[in-house]
Amino acid sequence: MLSWMAWTWPTALLFIGIFTAIGTLIMIEIRHPGGDERRGVLGLTTTRGDRLFISLLGTSYIFLAWLGLVGMPLWTPLGLSIAWGIFCFWKV
Amino acid sequence: MKTVNHKGWYFVAPVLVLVAFNALIPMMTVVNYSVQETFGDNVFFWEGLTWFEQILRSDRFHAALGRQFMFTALILLIEVPLGIAIALSMPRKGFWVPVCLVTMALPMLIPWNVVGAMWNIFTLPDIGLLGYFLNHTLGINYDMTQDPVAAWVTIITMDVWHWTSLVVLLSYAGLVSIPDAYYQAAKIDGASNWAVFRFIQLPKMKNVLTIAILLRFMDSFNIYTEPFVLTGGGPGNSTTLLSIDLVKIALGQFDLGPAAAMSLIYFAITLLVSWLFYTLMTKDDQN
Repeated sequence: MLSWMAWTWPTALLFIGIFTAIGTLIMIEIRHPGGDERRGVLGLTTTRGDRLFISLLGTSYIFLAWLGLVGMPLWTPLGLSIAWGIFCFWKV
Repeated sequence: MKTVNHKGWYFVAPVLVLVAFNALIPMMTVVNYSVQETFGDNVFFWEGLTWFEQILRSDRFHAALGRQFMFTALILLIEVPLGIAIALSMPRKGFWVPVCLVTMALPMLIPWNVVGAMWNIFTLPDIGLLGYFLNHTLGINYDMTQDPVAAWVTIITMDVWHWTSLVVLLSYAGLVSIPDAYYQAAKIDGASNWAVFRFIQLPKMKNVLTIAILLRFMDSFNIYTEPFVLTGGGPGNSTTLLSIDLVKIALGQFDLGPAAAMSLIYFAITLLVSWLFYTLMTKDDQN
């Protein structure tokens, strides 16, 4: 039934990761409603969901930039992305 | 303690299902395609991130992206000021209001491929009304099938003709929502026309203009049908915008992997620009 979607494990893990993150945010939101809104260092008012979005969008650009300008392997952009994600949830 | 009602989530559920089927599942499939190679028959081979590297470094992609940004920038620079100017000069009450509104709305009612075909016939140098007039009556050398500059002028003019109305109608809606009291106060203070525009009309139109620019950005950045029917991406590759190139790769060459990688990069660009623009425009309201 799913063969037309041409699943691979790496892409499946990517989506499992994203959906797990969204699910976690939903659980936190049910426990502590309100989205933990605050004004971060970029001058933006963000909720937890916004911070996840900014982390993921930034991550995709970090990887694309690295692939385009440097190429394989991708350990450095992985490190940069994790750092960016931590920064987003901590300060943005 | 404050109680929270979560019933609202059930009302969102149908939309989530719909979005899952028409956007999320196709999108996931594109992600899967982007890391594989296929020769049809639903047989796929793992390629890793080769296609992303290939697309990001290809001159063809850079050129199409450059043309795409130029197209979007040009039509925004023309359509937004022109739309505001037309909205400002439209009557606010009386018999002419519906006449103006319907006339403005007409171009938007025409299907995109029909607009392309209309402008194609209209501008053909030997048989088109405009093409013939320019070439044979005015003596201007104009041939959008041969000359890249003429082709660009034609697709820009076509888009301006088709979509300026959207900016006009949204700006007009913003304008008519301004209470008379603002204008009276401005008159008492002896404000000039420019001051009225700058400090009353423009701020009041800001929200609708944000939406108008966002819609025009997304639509023009993803535009396919009109230039495809009008010029087919030619002459040469001079009007091959991103989506035209994408379809050439996906359907013309049947390179589904590179096409999938390209469409994800394309999506990331649209997402970032839209998010940046929206965030910057609504930043002041939040604080």
